[in-house]
Amino acid sequence: MPTVELRFSAQPEHVRTARLVAAAVARRAGVDEAVLDEVRLAVGEACSRAVGLHRSHDITAPVTVLLNEEEKAFSIEVGDQVPGPGSGSLPPGATGAGRVGEADAEADSEDDMGLAVISGLVDDMEVRSGADGEVIRMTWPTMSATTALS
Amino acid sequence: MDLSLSTRNVSGPGGDRTVVEVGGEIDVYTAPKLREQLVELVNDGSYHLVVDMEGVDFLDSTGLGVLVGGLKRVRAHEGSLRLVCNQERILKIFRITVLTKVFPIHTTVDEAVAATD
Repeated sequence: MPTVELRFSAQPEHVRTARLVAAAVARRAGVDEAVLDEVRLAVGEACSRAVGLHRSHDITAPVTVLLNEEEKAFSIEVGDQVPGPGSGSLPPGATGAGRVGEADAEADSEDDMGLAVISGLVDDMEVRSGADGEVIRMTWPTMSATTALS
Repeated sequence: MDLSLSTRNVSGPGGDRTVVEVGGEIDVYTAPKLREQLVELVNDGSYHLVVDMEGVDFLDSTGLGVLVGGLKRVRAHEGSLRLVCNQERILKIFRITVLTKVFPIHTTVDEAVAATD
């Protein structure tokens, strides 16, 4: 059970809300103040990407954000519901390489830039692709963990 | 906080410059407004732009995309797009994406307006 779960319709104006909530929960969880800007930016990038994918695929389902306060870490999972390869729901002609509708070069490059920013910001990050969507998981240590290490 | 935009014309040694002062958050929701502003300026014949980002609280990759788009437009007219930014958290995003090599980034508007290279 996540500490906080957020579901929002894929509208750009809600991405700011997701950023604010994520930063507030991260602060409470003990993420270093100096890192909160990174949390805010990374979750914003992941949500913007999910919103863009939902909109380009006409998906009405919400984008989900799970904020997990763990013992020595804080993690955020941003999930979209855009079918991936092997789901059997790809339209005819789709190759399965890259998800459907990502052929648009401009959208593609913005998408890539978002991922580039996330991977540049977050040391501990993974992307899980499933039949029913993709999840970007990002993890940061909390103060208790960094104190224990030093 | 929403996005705020204001423009003014300034004369520099290299000719007229249009300073676009941006404030607030540039993200997936507000970036289209900045894009419209830059497109409008270029369509009206302002090809030398200085984007003052000192009042920007937040910038994401969508905002970067708009700035790159603006640069492409002014370059098509032999123009320039310079940025003014001293905020470490904003500069960091330019560094991560290596856009520091693409945009001339200045510490003051005066310096950006005076630049001619």
